[in-house]
Amino acid sequence: MKRQIAEIGDWVEHRTGLIGALQHFLYEDIPASSGWHQVFGSLALFLFMVQAFTGILLAFNYAPTPGEAYDSLRYILTELTAGSLIRGLHHWGASMIIVVVVLHMVQVFLYGAYKRPRETTWMIGVVLFLVTLAYGLTGYLLPWDNRAYWGTTVTTQIAAMSPGVGAYLTQLLGAANGVGVVTFARFYAVHVLILPPATILLVALHVYLVRKHGVAPVPGDELKPKKRFFPVQVFKDTVAIFLAFALLFVMAVAVHVPLEQVADPTDTSYIPRPEWYFLCLFQLLKLFNGPLEVVGAVVLPGLTVLALILAPFLDRGQVVKVTRRFVAIGIVLLGALGWSALTMAAVASTPPQEAAVDFSYPVEWMNLTPDQLATSTLPNIPAFVLHGAAVYRASHCSACHSVNGAGGKIGPVLNGLAKRQTRSWVEDHFADPQKLSPGTSMPPYPMSPQDRDSLTSYLFSLPDQ
Amino acid sequence: MDDVPPVETLQPERTTRRGFYVSAINGLMAIVTAALGIPALLYLFTPARQKKPDVWAEAGDIASLTPNSPVELVFRHTRVDGWRVIAEKGTAWVVKYDDSHIVAFGPNCTHLGCAYHWDGSQKDFFCPCHNSVFSIDGKVVSGPAPRPLDRFQTKLQGNKLLIGELKKSGESQA
Repeated sequence: MKRQIAEIGDWVEHRTGLIGALQHFLYEDIPASSGWHQVFGSLALFLFMVQAFTGILLAFNYAPTPGEAYDSLRYILTELTAGSLIRGLHHWGASMIIVVVVLHMVQVFLYGAYKRPRETTWMIGVVLFLVTLAYGLTGYLLPWDNRAYWGTTVTTQIAAMSPGVGAYLTQLLGAANGVGVVTFARFYAVHVLILPPATILLVALHVYLVRKHGVAPVPGDELKPKKRFFPVQVFKDTVAIFLAFALLFVMAVAVHVPLEQVADPTDTSYIPRPEWYFLCLFQLLKLFNGPLEVVGAVVLPGLTVLALILAPFLDRGQVVKVTRRFVAIGIVLLGALGWSALTMAAVASTPPQEAAVDFSYPVEWMNLTPDQLATSTLPNIPAFVLHGAAVYRASHCSACHSVNGAGGKIGPVLNGLAKRQTRSWVEDHFADPQKLSPGTSMPPYPMSPQDRDSLTSYLFSLPDQ
Repeated sequence: MDDVPPVETLQPERTTRRGFYVSAINGLMAIVTAALGIPALLYLFTPARQKKPDVWAEAGDIASLTPNSPVELVFRHTRVDGWRVIAEKGTAWVVKYDDSHIVAFGPNCTHLGCAYHWDGSQKDFFCPCHNSVFSIDGKVVSGPAPRPLDRFQTKLQGNKLLIGELKKSGESQA
């Protein structure tokens, strides 16, 4: 058996040279100092492959046009086996890859590994970082729920502020008349047609350069014998990959990714929030007002990227031990501090979202009447719906109004209320109907704030009929 | 770098450590591959848990049908296609054997899905694609068709014929 395998191996090697190439790759010499701190590059590459794999699986059941995109994603989440898991892996994988890419950059930066002759390796790495962010930005729109729509509206308007090129950029993003079908098509095209081949090309160049110059040594390495990449360093990389994947898998199973209602461009009460890794930019914007806004929106982020790209030319000294690189450590600490402060401020200033239905679960209960909701055994009915329907029954709203076809005909049908009125109008109306609808026969309904919130949220969650 | 030492030349104690590393790498990667591969296979090969829309569609009045004379009836029904629920036209070949016994056959030949029709002179269903012939009770008479005609579930509401889901006929029924 062993002999046959060896013979097949010889045959393949003789015809293709692939086995020799693999051995050449695996038995690369690496400095004696190599170790656990260098696992992040392999980890980032692994996570990119997970994203590609789960992304392709999602694309097998996803229709990339607004409306259909939302329906097909709901189909993946509520009707396909493991669909929710695969979306969870893709969603949390996107966050994890950003964390890992940043850790990779921090490690290289702290060790000064970008110095001569590795400047181009570093610069391509910075471009790969930007590509990673571009995946996050374009992927954010693809579920086409309210969160996606309003988040992207803010993003495209920030792009429009870019000095000189803003108008062209908006045109290119297909967002000249607001976020719409054209924007969606372009974001999808960038996400699946432009970024993946660009990533593959850049990663190939990046890895080629790492092999050409070798893994960066630290002072003192020249005195010690070199190590080989395989198997010890590959083992360390694999352990890191395994631990990261285990964490990703647990998050995909345990931390549910919600799906909001389908994008509603008329929903003026919606408060958009970007993904967590863009919160710092979002907050930075708030520090600048009026004509200075462009500084926070474009100039400062642009200068940061420029400084990153030029880092190897700004810091040209000899490589010293990482523990002696006080300036680099200071810059990383300052960056981490600034990022944390901005992100925490953004989180702290986030107003609580109104209770809303999570459409990543089946919502058959939506067609029930308030009376049926009292005794329903259907799964996943949100607490605010049960409470809101209880307030509805206790206040005898159905004497005059109807919901899902059941109730009185004196007052207006409550399905579609969200399309007709704003939330604050409805809440004020409960307290004093005469003030907002003069001549109405509806009496005032004083309620506790909690009851009023639940009732309003419940009425706003009713399906259109 | 180019003169990679073959495994055999390494010292024994290094070989065991090396063996541990290689097994650990293979084992951990196998777990990761399985954790990605098994959900992917389930995702691709398990049928969707489709929500069943109300399937009963009104196809017409059976009082007007002549016994043992099949007619093609048209009805509106909803069909689930992936994430879409489509309201569309459906047809069925309906045969009234007597007032209590009515069958609605699916409109496609069980061979390759062509539309067959009732041949009034021969008193059988004939598929023009590959000459499959079915008797009035849907059984295969001749031709390449592998199984009898598929039947819709039916219900009678007074004289109204309601047509439900299409059930695939089994070979055993032939």
